[in-house]
Amino acid sequence: MQLKMALAGNPNAGKTTLFNRLTGARQHVGNYPGITVDHKEGCLIHENYKITITDLPGTYSMTAYSAEELVARDHLVNERPDVVINIVDASNIERNLYLTCQLLELGVPVLIALNMMDVAKARGMEVKAKLLEELLMVPVVPIVARSGSGMEELLKGCIRVATTDARWEPRIISYGDDLDNAISSLVAIIEDNDFLSDIYPSRYTAIKYLENDDQLLAKGQTENKEIGSRLENFVTEVADHSKRTLDVYPEAIIADHRYGFIKSILRQGVVTHKFDTERLYTSDRIDKVLTNRLIGPVIMLAVLFSLYQFTFSWSEFPVALLESFFSWLGGVVDSLLPDGMMKSMLISGMIDGVGGVLGFVPLIMFMFFGIAILEDSGYLARVAYMMDRIFRIFGLHGSSVMPFIVSGGIAGGCAVPGIMATRTLRSPKERMATLLTVPFMNCGAKIPVLALLIGAFFNEHKAQYMFLFTLLAWVVALFAAKIFRSTVLKGDPTPFVMELPPYRFPTLRGLFIHTWERTYQYIKKAGTVILGISILLWALMTFPSLPMEKQQQFTKEKEAILASTTQQVRNEINAGQRDLSADAQSVHNQLALIDNHQTQANLRYSIAGRVGTAFESFTQLAGFDWRTNIALIGGFAAKEVIVSTLGTAYSMGEVDADESGSLGARLRNDDNWNRVVAISALIFIMFYAPCFVTIVCIAKESSWKWAFFSLTFNTIFAFVMATAVFQVGTFLNLG
Amino acid sequence: MAAINLRKMAKKQSGTIISVKVGGELGRRIREMGLVPGTEITIQGRAPLNDPVALRVLGGTLTLRNNEADYITVEVDDH
Repeated sequence: MQLKMALAGNPNAGKTTLFNRLTGARQHVGNYPGITVDHKEGCLIHENYKITITDLPGTYSMTAYSAEELVARDHLVNERPDVVINIVDASNIERNLYLTCQLLELGVPVLIALNMMDVAKARGMEVKAKLLEELLMVPVVPIVARSGSGMEELLKGCIRVATTDARWEPRIISYGDDLDNAISSLVAIIEDNDFLSDIYPSRYTAIKYLENDDQLLAKGQTENKEIGSRLENFVTEVADHSKRTLDVYPEAIIADHRYGFIKSILRQGVVTHKFDTERLYTSDRIDKVLTNRLIGPVIMLAVLFSLYQFTFSWSEFPVALLESFFSWLGGVVDSLLPDGMMKSMLISGMIDGVGGVLGFVPLIMFMFFGIAILEDSGYLARVAYMMDRIFRIFGLHGSSVMPFIVSGGIAGGCAVPGIMATRTLRSPKERMATLLTVPFMNCGAKIPVLALLIGAFFNEHKAQYMFLFTLLAWVVALFAAKIFRSTVLKGDPTPFVMELPPYRFPTLRGLFIHTWERTYQYIKKAGTVILGISILLWALMTFPSLPMEKQQQFTKEKEAILASTTQQVRNEINAGQRDLSADAQSVHNQLALIDNHQTQANLRYSIAGRVGTAFESFTQLAGFDWRTNIALIGGFAAKEVIVSTLGTAYSMGEVDADESGSLGARLRNDDNWNRVVAISALIFIMFYAPCFVTIVCIAKESSWKWAFFSLTFNTIFAFVMATAVFQVGTFLNLG
Repeated sequence: MAAINLRKMAKKQSGTIISVKVGGELGRRIREMGLVPGTEITIQGRAPLNDPVALRVLGGTLTLRNNEADYITVEVDDH
């Protein structure tokens, strides 16, 4: 037999731990369409019952303010699970029962899993489950999700509820005479008109109208405009009255009475404290140090720096391993296939593309593992607490600091894991602003470009310039966030009413499930798109190929050179020897020069080359010639590609991004380049469109609309800045 | 006994909430966390830059920004 269960509860009540405990690896994570709330489902078999469990997002309440709450409520009313397991933190029982009240009012068949009995006991609290069960008239099973104790009883209880008593029975909680009368009148209207009664119990609808629940009000308007408006008008009258006579909103009265109801139950001996409750808990002792005014920030910086080190240094080895595997694969294909389009596409399009997708996997895994430790232990909430005052100035949230650091706040990060790290932010507008500004940071791929240009033009002050540009990235990103929050993402700050959960040791199992979930989502969701764009970019920089006569011209030049040498030199070169004689070496160099000219001509003839050339007159405003333009187009694939594309555009052959000294020298001696152009180019490269992997991640974490916004806004913004720098610099003759 | 604004409370000071005068999302967020009239709170500390503030409420710890704490009036013992 099949059973549907849902798991509801407060954040930090141990919901995920219980879910992992019950379903193990048999879970599936997806996204609700259009929002970033995870949809987690798992299954298990118990006593011949095939049970599907949905892990609802953790919420403190069931109003319609956040995406999480909407998802939770919609699931309950639309899916109508056979039983809802309401996980309640016994050590924080009073607040946890607030959600329980709302579940009872909705009428879902509830079973309370009273979690963290061990923590409560350690705090000297005794929570009588049996008594609570009698008073609430709902089955209560004491459990410890972390150790797994009570699982058998829990499942038994769930099956009993689901099979024998799975009726929907709304509970009536009294809200005092005034509101109870108002509710009765509302219920009368609702029942007379059969209003929304297929979805919600009538009393529930009435309460939600009094609470001004946006989603329900909107639903009411579409169901029956006239009744909806009638109810709304009635509620306005009630609200005016209570505001006049008692100076409170009805929703405040409702909340007060819910807590009153909870207190009245707990006071009947459900909770007894064995010793002084004001005693310092271990967690508070830790907080005395970790959030200390002076030591706290220092420790935080150290922790964030370690997370950064852990993510980027420890993942170096697997990243290098992947890289060498893909270059080995490229080499194999290179030696197996004949030269031509097919080979070029396989190597430059497919293998580099797949390599590009998978190259980020170790980074993402390491970062999420690190963040999972911080999140599960409770430290991340402290970071938000300490940083909030600063980030709030820019319309962001204390939790924004993590994505900024990971993206390159310490130069050398990566925006892809940075964007994925914004998931820890639960305030939608602050999250979007963070998402859109982290690509401004100096990621690891921009560093070789910075190194090239700074090395070529400001060699004597390398370190200072590097530091200056890291600082500039922070300033620009934060001010851009401020601009976004006062324009496209305008709105009041999301309340910072946040819980500082007690410190806990993360469970290894939880950490691994966490890490794997998110990594897998990246591979699945971003992977295919990234591969597609990679092939597209390859095509842009390859097609159309040079016309036959041009190609033949290069071949002829090469033949001419070969013809003018001795037979011995020709033999040496044809044999592909390593150690060439002086004569042969000179010929070899001449041939290579022609090859480089050919690749350059090829690149210029391609679509990307034509676009770059076509825009030259325009980009000259910022001092960029067609060569730079092509390189910048290539930079959309990955910023470090700018170096190699510049190399090709300057007929330098293949330039290694990490060994670009000769290219630097070439740029220094080029008429089109000087210090002002270098600064202008640096600024453009730092702030223009993020690489497409980042764009895809932005799209997957928000929407394609925002991804497109990021692409165009950043490019225009960067161009305006670069132009300003170039024009002013040239005017002052600083070049 | 005296009624003061939550923002004015000192570290380690305790009191009982008398009123929460704010509606909308902020009001709801404050109330759902148990900050309703009658609840006892203790100021546990403040962030390094003096804002937000951390409170002990119903056996848990909550944080609030100072401008959010402004809506909450607390009854405290006179010293």
